[in-house]
Amino acid sequence: MDLTHDLTSVIAKSFGLFYLIALSVGITAYAYWPSLGKRFDKAANSILDDEDGPCQ
Amino acid sequence: MMERLTGAERQIALMICVVMATVGLVMAAAGRGDPMGSHGAIVLIAAGITTFFVLRAIGEPEPAEDRTVNYYDDPTKAGLVIALFWAVVGMGMGVWVAAQLAWPDLRFDAAWSSFGRIRPVHTSGVIFGFGGNALIATSYHVMQRTSRARLAGHVSPWFVLLGFNLFCIVAASGYLMGVTQSKEYAEPEWYADIWLVIVWVVYFVLYIRTLARRNEPHIYVANWYYMAFILVVAILHIVNNLAVPASLTGAKSYSAFAGVQDAMTQWWYGHNAVAFFLTAGFLGMLYYFLPKRAERPIYSYRLSILSFWGIVFFYIWAGSHHLHYTALPQWVQTLGMTFSVMLLVPSWASAGNALMTLNGAWHKVRDDATLRFMMVAAVFYGLSTFEGSFMAVRAVNSLSHYTDWTVGHVHAGAMGWVALITFGSIYSVVPLLWKRETMYSWKLVEWHFWLALAGTVIYVFAMWNSGIIQGLMWRTYTESGTLAYSFTDTLVAMHPYYVARACGGALFLTGAILAAYNVYMTIRHAPEKRPERDYPTSSEATEPPVPAAE
Repeated sequence: MDLTHDLTSVIAKSFGLFYLIALSVGITAYAYWPSLGKRFDKAANSILDDEDGPCQ
Repeated sequence: MMERLTGAERQIALMICVVMATVGLVMAAAGRGDPMGSHGAIVLIAAGITTFFVLRAIGEPEPAEDRTVNYYDDPTKAGLVIALFWAVVGMGMGVWVAAQLAWPDLRFDAAWSSFGRIRPVHTSGVIFGFGGNALIATSYHVMQRTSRARLAGHVSPWFVLLGFNLFCIVAASGYLMGVTQSKEYAEPEWYADIWLVIVWVVYFVLYIRTLARRNEPHIYVANWYYMAFILVVAILHIVNNLAVPASLTGAKSYSAFAGVQDAMTQWWYGHNAVAFFLTAGFLGMLYYFLPKRAERPIYSYRLSILSFWGIVFFYIWAGSHHLHYTALPQWVQTLGMTFSVMLLVPSWASAGNALMTLNGAWHKVRDDATLRFMMVAAVFYGLSTFEGSFMAVRAVNSLSHYTDWTVGHVHAGAMGWVALITFGSIYSVVPLLWKRETMYSWKLVEWHFWLALAGTVIYVFAMWNSGIIQGLMWRTYTESGTLAYSFTDTLVAMHPYYVARACGGALFLTGAILAAYNVYMTIRHAPEKRPERDYPTSSEATEPPVPAAE
């Protein structure tokens, strides 16, 4: 099968659109998933005190 | 510093040096009479210098420190010092290039000092030399702290750092000899490109292995940005540099792409060099050092995740906006334009997230020049991403493209955003790494801040004026339909702005020199910090690692 200009533009305009929509929905769901809130808060605060070396 | 490697590690380092020296010798012999031969000599000398340092340590006693209790910061320290060296070199070349445009006699009639050769030394010097070393060094720092784990390996961080600098030196010396692929930000020839792939793969593996050792359940967002930087730059670099060498004993190669495909591949690379080298990695710096310095967690961690994926997925499509009104299909141009406009959303989300983090800590921004560097960097990030989205719109691009406006835009990003966040990060991390109370002189940090800000503003305003005048003159027609201005007329109109630009750049360079001096004096002369708790014993302290009673 030839990878023609027409074919690539059709793929970009169909599959490309839906895959970007799916990604954005997936990522938004991940970022705002309620049960992950605590984990994110912990991560955000974890960098404020990290000079005491690797965890033993 | 090599004394901190174990005997086995010193032997591995020595073996790598020997292999490098052999490669350099083969290149020098095979490439006689070609710039490749000179590069072989450079590789040989670099391998020789490294061998000297390894050999000097090889008979020393094994390190006595307990490696499980502290981070491995030696490569970070070296990387920061090297980054400052490149800052002075790269920005110095920039001032010279700018001065040549205002006063062409400053070329001094040599081939190597012509604009076309020293300009890439400036761009590669600041982007790869200064920016790249700062990214590698801070990534080592951040990956260890956020993972609460020591670097996965002791030779590979040195290999990456020194190998990358060898690439930078081969690149810069090649430009002066006239070696170039004529691809912007991808000028080095095939053997340098292959070498960078090797270095970069080791860097990626090192990062992944350190993350795999982490003691935190969640990978902090700064690491995501650094990982995107490493991974995507590898892909971009490999694809854009696909080329066939004209001969295995010479520097010249021919791109695997031709015509508009070549242009599209180059600008897919070129714009993503901006995205993933000059943005993603430095956002990693911002997301770590700004909250740390402000002593406040990032305003919205969730927003940082959204903007990460937004930036990553939108940027990769934006490159075609460099090719408006060319042979590139219209829909591809429109695609690039659309994604560039959409990019404003995640970009401003990041800039806003940074500024909102400072909300409530403005007194710290007022008092602490280091934090002010980061704050102004976030503002310039917001400004230059807005400008970038705007300039990618086809109608705006018809005025701005090929003019100095583009140069002004790049420098708003490179000086205002990339360099300022880097200097802010350096000022916050240097006292910590060398265990000093503070920087040697906070007044010099203040001076640097105001010199850098004044230099950036002068530079950017000069280029806005120059670029818009230039663009308008190019498109002004007389009543009879001919062009109203000759090319020389535009040069005369731009001359005062070129002088202003050189002055702005000189101010910025002065700031960088102050930073290098200040860091040097901090390492040498600043008083040591009295620790709240004992530091783990290092090998340099000539005492047993555990108390005698234990």
